[in-house]
Amino acid sequence: MTAATNGGLTSWLTTTDHKRIGLLYFFTAFTFFLIGGIEALVIRAQLAQPDGHLVTAETYNQLFTMHGTTMVFLALMPLSASFFNYIVPLQIGARDVAFPRLNAFSYWVFLLGGLFLNASWFVGPLFHAGVLNVAPDGGWFGYANLTERQFSPGPNIDFWLLGLQILGISSLAAGFNFIVTILNLRAPGMKMMRVPAFTWMTLVTQFLVITAFPVITVGLAFLMFDRFFGTHFYVHEAGATPVLWQHLFWLFGHPEVYILILPAMGIVSDVLPTFARKPLFGYTVVVYSGVLIGFMGWGVWSHHMFSVGLGPIADSVFSATTMLIAVPTGVKIFNWIATLWGGDIRGTTALHFAVGFIAMFIIGGLSGVTHASPPADLQQTDTYYVVAHIHYVLFGGTIMGLFAGIYYWWPKMTGRLLSETLGKWHFWLQFVGMNLAFFPMHLIGLLGMPRRVYTYSPELGVSDLNRVSTVGAFLIALSILLFLVNLLRTRTRGRPAGNDPWGGATLEWSIPSPPPVYNFSVIPTVANRLPRWKTEHHEPMRDPPATPPAAVHVPGGSWWPMLAALGLPILALAPLTHTLWLAFVGAAVLLAGIYLWAFEPFEV
Amino acid sequence: MPRYRWWSTPAALFLLGCGGPFPQSTLHPHSDFARATDVLFTDIFWWAAAVFVVVEALLLVALVRFRHREGRPAPKPTHGHTLMEIAWTLAPAVILVFVAVPTVRTIFATAGDAPPDALKVEVIGHQWWWEFKYPELGITTANELHVPVAKAVQVAITSADVIHSFWAPPLGGKRDAIPGQVNRIAFRADSVGDYSGQCAEFCGASHANMRLRVLVDSDAGFTAWVRDQQSPPATPAKASLAEQGKAIYARAACIGCHAIQGVSPGTIGPNLTHVASRTTIAGGLFPDDSAHLAGWIADAPALKPGSIMTRMKPPLTDADIAAIIAYLQSLK
Repeated sequence: MTAATNGGLTSWLTTTDHKRIGLLYFFTAFTFFLIGGIEALVIRAQLAQPDGHLVTAETYNQLFTMHGTTMVFLALMPLSASFFNYIVPLQIGARDVAFPRLNAFSYWVFLLGGLFLNASWFVGPLFHAGVLNVAPDGGWFGYANLTERQFSPGPNIDFWLLGLQILGISSLAAGFNFIVTILNLRAPGMKMMRVPAFTWMTLVTQFLVITAFPVITVGLAFLMFDRFFGTHFYVHEAGATPVLWQHLFWLFGHPEVYILILPAMGIVSDVLPTFARKPLFGYTVVVYSGVLIGFMGWGVWSHHMFSVGLGPIADSVFSATTMLIAVPTGVKIFNWIATLWGGDIRGTTALHFAVGFIAMFIIGGLSGVTHASPPADLQQTDTYYVVAHIHYVLFGGTIMGLFAGIYYWWPKMTGRLLSETLGKWHFWLQFVGMNLAFFPMHLIGLLGMPRRVYTYSPELGVSDLNRVSTVGAFLIALSILLFLVNLLRTRTRGRPAGNDPWGGATLEWSIPSPPPVYNFSVIPTVANRLPRWKTEHHEPMRDPPATPPAAVHVPGGSWWPMLAALGLPILALAPLTHTLWLAFVGAAVLLAGIYLWAFEPFEV
Repeated sequence: MPRYRWWSTPAALFLLGCGGPFPQSTLHPHSDFARATDVLFTDIFWWAAAVFVVVEALLLVALVRFRHREGRPAPKPTHGHTLMEIAWTLAPAVILVFVAVPTVRTIFATAGDAPPDALKVEVIGHQWWWEFKYPELGITTANELHVPVAKAVQVAITSADVIHSFWAPPLGGKRDAIPGQVNRIAFRADSVGDYSGQCAEFCGASHANMRLRVLVDSDAGFTAWVRDQQSPPATPAKASLAEQGKAIYARAACIGCHAIQGVSPGTIGPNLTHVASRTTIAGGLFPDDSAHLAGWIADAPALKPGSIMTRMKPPLTDADIAAIIAYLQSLK
């Protein structure tokens, strides 16, 4: 075998194995999730009482900006990516992704981009800022013209826009990789309508990634030119308008919401059938509604802009398209409930989280309908009501869905089962915590508290509600701590999972846990949608033999994707520090990495 | 008179339990604009609540009824049901029609056009305070907007720097203040009162400190206020502390940014011609009293992060500040 099978540090640094890259994504993203969570806790501590002064206004603005940016780009997207990496090739019966070294490149770019962004917490002295932290402070949405050099002269916004540019490259590379993988590497017989729901939603997500990220890349490039080269893309004095940024950002930003939620919907669509012992109800409809949500996600961006004054016609149109999205979303929810209906439901932790997803996502979806209506939204947008909404969607939805995936697939990824007892404690604490933290925010917003304020007046009458919310946030933190205990405990004391601890229908359960480096000893031939189950039409397939009948070629590791990735943050340092020669160094490293990578022999 | 709506009662009772009086609440509308959005929101809320109850109930019933029991036969592998799919596609679509029609009607009803005889007000957002101009009355003031009760008000909103959002929830929904663009809202306040609001679009360091008040006056009260505001600023008595203050004001950096009619023409900061008629200073942050004025003049950025009203160099003495305060407090 090759270097990829031993456990040394080098083998991890050079790995091109989708499973190892999946684990790297998981641990990196989870670390960023903890950082984003700590930022949220400081925010909640500040708001626990009116006129709070735990942190300064400037630091608070950095905290909420980095909380949003971290959770969206460094936690939720890459946590989904860890499942794309680990699970998708297994679900389609492949030995790896289509471009393993490009996959490694995506990971290293993501890691370096995340480190680049977070370095801004500590490097103030290098920029003579007078403070330690010069983290981005313009909001995760970074509205122009506040982000122009005139109003944000420090390096804060530079860190943000350069960091996002780096992360965009990671997402785009991964997007193309997974589209090619899913379309081309499916096992014989796995037609598109036999592809598991999670892999389907991954495919839709990746199409959204490759179409949405170029839009924000353009928006950020304009901003970069404005800040570094004195152009005026968002400067109204020069005849432009800052509203252009809002269109570009939300044209990316709304598909981004579906990039965040569709993978979780895919996980739920796989978890529910396994634990109800019933096929996914209306598989075709669930898949098509996912595709439809992907398409419709492109026609709704201006619902983030109802207060901008686009006029009654535009408001009416975007209101209607937004409400329409509720239809395919509702269809998915009804199909999930119908999947449970008539089943034999085993209340595993994974099922708890999957059902928690449905129960909480409904609340986020319904509050979404209330601000799909522009006049009502004028009282809601930019208030805590919307903070409640997005957290019911992204925490109640995406995070719950991701935890369902973690409890479901962790045994596959590590060979050991997580503790169900601790898992249920985790679930219930998180469930109670999130509702305490986020439900009062609906009222806080309706009572008139805007979002992104570092302090508020006691006269607003929302002090008690804010205190409850803070208690909820710390309960969530406790639940995450329990999860970490569970993870650590499982390393040594988790029960061995075997090939298939749950009785799953899809191909990943037909091979050992964790899978051997080649995944499938023999590439399976798929004859139906639920290959490992007995249904009225067919018997279960035979699992691949424990050892491969012939030697399986596995590609070796490579240093060059990492080298190429290293070129990007160096390139970004050039504008950040206004140092021209760094641009040449960065470009040289990037090109050297790509050159060596391109001419590296495939056989190692 | 505000219409009484039985379905508001649960929300109102709940809120009473939490204290009050919620001066910035969207749930206590005091104008035609705020009432229209509140009625719409309440309608949508009850549709949403109904859907919530039905769907969560179905979910719970499924979980309880079909939970695992020993000896339960293997479930029937149903794959779908075309009629049901059609039904639960149509059901939300129909509900959404009931939401969409009043929505579109309200969008056009609240599109921002007031009758031509409406009181015209210009709102200009600054980092981090509000400038209010009455072009037809020749009045410029800051952070406290006076309007007459039961009269249409046409508000034109823009910004002098970054994007802000003008929001006084009891009187209606927010509109963004965007540099280079004028947005309009219109409302007719239905009761005399003192309503608070604040900037709703993140606009930099002191976004949280960009507050405002809307004072809805009786007809007589508004007329008196207009008369006071249109009068020239008070002239301090000879040899008074206020007169010293005026002299210090006129030679200090104050005049570079602030306007006092006949004294200084600055436009960067709030117009101080009748500053003593206002109840708050610093973007609605502090009461307009001697103690807060003293702290503010001595070191504004310490009280309001990012404030461009810097500490004077050389610093003003306490005596200077006391004199300036006496002058400012004479500007009724």
